[in-house]
Amino acid sequence: MDDKNKKHITSYQTYGIVLVGLLILTFISVGVTWIELGPLTVTVALLVASVKVFIVLTYFMHLKYDSLFIKLMVAGIFILFAVIIVITFLDYWFR
Amino acid sequence: MAHSNPLLEHRDDEGAKIGMWIFIFTEILLFGGLFLVYAVFRNQYSEDFHTAAFELNAFVGTLNTVILLCSSATVAMSITAVLKKDRKTAMILLGITLVLALVFMVNKYFEWSHKIHEGIYPGSELMADLERGELLFFSLYYFMTGLHALHILIGMTILTVILFKVRNGSVNDDKIVLLENGGLYWHLVDLIWIFLFPLLYLIT
Repeated sequence: MDDKNKKHITSYQTYGIVLVGLLILTFISVGVTWIELGPLTVTVALLVASVKVFIVLTYFMHLKYDSLFIKLMVAGIFILFAVIIVITFLDYWFR
Repeated sequence: MAHSNPLLEHRDDEGAKIGMWIFIFTEILLFGGLFLVYAVFRNQYSEDFHTAAFELNAFVGTLNTVILLCSSATVAMSITAVLKKDRKTAMILLGITLVLALVFMVNKYFEWSHKIHEGIYPGSELMADLERGELLFFSLYYFMTGLHALHILIGMTILTVILFKVRNGSVNDDKIVLLENGGLYWHLVDLIWIFLFPLLYLIT
């Protein structure tokens, strides 16, 4: 078998560490709800969720070792979604 | 195992992966649209959403988050196992993933039946008497978690097929793209839940 395009193998340990990190973030976002932060609660929850999504995309979904083309496509779709949200809310607020 | 001549076989793993990602984009926009509806109504009826979200059991939500994160990790690890030619570990890891998915669905069943028992379900008399914002929250709750649960069932089916393909050797360290794409689908289900969980259960 030729080794020139050998696949990157992520170790079990890496996935284990990533999982522990994700679980800690989950408990942080649950813990934060006990503190009264008012309108900030939503911001914190979404911020933690975004960090978690970024970690899942990078490690579990293997984007870290994928081609630049796939990385750019994925980034593009999230930018598109952000733009859709902003445009919708501009419409609601300033109509 | 008989290997066919690689020169005669058409194969494009990178293309298969890009195709899977494009499919995932349609899923992100599907759920994205629902998140958008949620965001707009939450903005208009923040008081009602606040009251209604309080009704949901944050403990079950957290438990299901932990279950899904663990199942995502086991799918990812099964790829490592296949690449290391460790078929047995790969099958065990995929089996654990399927069991975790089943536990998730059982929790969902109890969660929904509890709500339905309380009289909160689409079309119920109690729902019709709720504030408009609360009605919208519960409708979105049922629709979004329901659509997500449907994805869990589809993912379980896909992973079961892949488990058998790992077993008979048609998914191996050389031909692994099916497992990778099945894994991507499973992680997508996880991604959606990562946003559903705080928006439905935590923001009270």
